[in-house]
Amino acid sequence: MTLVLTSALAQGLLWSILAIGIYISYRILNISDLTSESSFTLGAAVTAAALIRNVPPFLAICLSVLAGCCAGYITGFLHTKMRIPSLLAGILTMTGLYSVNLRVMGKANIPLNQVTTILTNLSGLLGFRKDRDAAIILGVIVILIVIVFLVWFLNTEFGFMIVATGINDRMVTANGVNSDRIKTAGLMLANALIALSGSLVSQYNAFADVQMGIGAIVIGLASVIIGEVFLREKSFIIRLFGVVAGSIIYRMIVAFAINSSLVNANDMKLFTAILVALAIYLTDFTRKRGTKRAESK
Amino acid sequence: MLKVSNVSKAFNAGTPNEKVVFEDLSLHIRPHDFVTVIGGNGSGKSTLLNLIAGTYAVDKGKVELNGRDITHLKEYERAGFIGRVFQDPLMGTCSDLTIQENLSIAKRKGAKRTLRRGLTESERKEYAKLLEPLGLGLEDRLTAKVGLLSGGQRQALTLLMATLVKPELLLLDEHTAALDPKTARKVLELTQQRVEENQLTTLMITHNMRDALAFGNRLIMMSEGKIILDISGEEKKKATVKDLLDLFEKSNGEINDQMFLS
Ligand SMILES: Nc1ncnc2c1ncn2[C@@H]1O[C@H](COP(=O)(O)OP(=O)(O)OP(=O)(O)O)[C@@H](O)[C@H]1O
Ligand SMILES: [Mg+2]
Repeated sequence: MTLVLTSALAQGLLWSILAIGIYISYRILNISDLTSESSFTLGAAVTAAALIRNVPPFLAICLSVLAGCCAGYITGFLHTKMRIPSLLAGILTMTGLYSVNLRVMGKANIPLNQVTTILTNLSGLLGFRKDRDAAIILGVIVILIVIVFLVWFLNTEFGFMIVATGINDRMVTANGVNSDRIKTAGLMLANALIALSGSLVSQYNAFADVQMGIGAIVIGLASVIIGEVFLREKSFIIRLFGVVAGSIIYRMIVAFAINSSLVNANDMKLFTAILVALAIYLTDFTRKRGTKRAESK
Repeated sequence: MLKVSNVSKAFNAGTPNEKVVFEDLSLHIRPHDFVTVIGGNGSGKSTLLNLIAGTYAVDKGKVELNGRDITHLKEYERAGFIGRVFQDPLMGTCSDLTIQENLSIAKRKGAKRTLRRGLTESERKEYAKLLEPLGLGLEDRLTAKVGLLSGGQRQALTLLMATLVKPELLLLDEHTAALDPKTARKVLELTQQRVEENQLTTLMITHNMRDALAFGNRLIMMSEGKIILDISGEEKKKATVKDLLDLFEKSNGEINDQMFLS
């Protein structure tokens, strides 16, 4: 059982960075950004392609983050410059990136158990015998860096505009700021984090697969919702930790459901989708934001 | 100062829903003019403000402000020097941000948004001092989310935000229409005060003829996309609500006659 729990903890930590990315697009920018499904895979694909060419793991991770930025930029461009509704813009990027991911990887699946990853690096450094322990340490470190960065960033002049754009972009325009650019920047940030998550998850799972992003949004949303159940009115930093907690709790639920044979592993996505639908219905997820929005996104 | 020259604007041009709002409209406003704008529903008042603010592009014609051609500037570019308060109190502020955060966004109007802190300690003091004279108690609630404020409080805040960096032009579109009479009065007084203190050039749309006469030094009445009355100075001071109402009815009458003849 402890094995199941630590494994769920490791997965929960690494996937929580995805959840934080989803939190930024869905909750802060108020955009349901479907790019996430493919930028998660993109992060994994870039990392895998780099690692099998003996690129140092840290550099591979940086490349993944950069690739995620690009994915977000493309959706931002489609949405703000070409005036495509955000939902469709995300779908277009997602669909296009599927081919890009295949190109990057060269095949549908790349095993990573024979290459040096950030986890084997870290295990070697700290003398762990299991990658799982390294993953937990790595997850905690990366999450702390991400949260510190976000709290700083969203309190800058530029960060204020990201928050404001998600709530009332007309107010942003009226204060002399191009809200289109802000939206694009926000999408880049969200997808950079999601790609980072994909990169780390692929290294932990020791493979990258072109299908691995399917359902990523719903998993991220589930984490966000679970995390917010108790922490709705708290400060931003607490809410971010709530999202991380939500991600870990989600993994625990999954591990429990599968282990106790309550749910067949193949039915997990259906189970999650129903969970999220019910949770959104029950918590009045979007409408409670307090602001009436002139146009729906 | 503000020169709107030979502006035309139609919505949905070339479709069965085409709606021509302006044809060859011109309006010149002198520095420090406080112009009140009245006119029936659909006469084009809001559209005029939207064309000046850049929300919509003109089809033809030119918009100049202080000698600079702004016809082709984007709305957010013009917002750097044009202040604006909308009718909807929710529109001008950001509900999930605090009062001081909202003010800090307005304080940096026209400046590039950098990675410096969005709100500094010295600003807080400045904002408290700024809010005190409103008598709304907002100075003690700097860290409260704006979503918690009443419509009147939000509109007063929006007005402060629109004028925090002195705008070259202030546009007010029925900014008190959604408020109860007492609050509306208060916000109007604040408007007057901000305009006078900062010597702002102002364009204020209102549905209240008495306000249109009481405020400002110039009044224009619009009908069907045309300016049918333009009075200022002594002439405006002497005008009465009855005069305006008579003209208002006559303008509608004339148009109806024309419609019958053609
Ligand atoms: N975005 C738009 N698309 C199509 N038609 C529009 C648009 N905006 C305004 N109109 C039309 O232009 C005309 C002028 O509208 P406008 O909002 O400027 O009137 P107004 O004088 O502000 O009226 P009110 O007193 O009701 O606010 C109206 O017939 C309106 O239907
Ligand atoms: Mg109007």
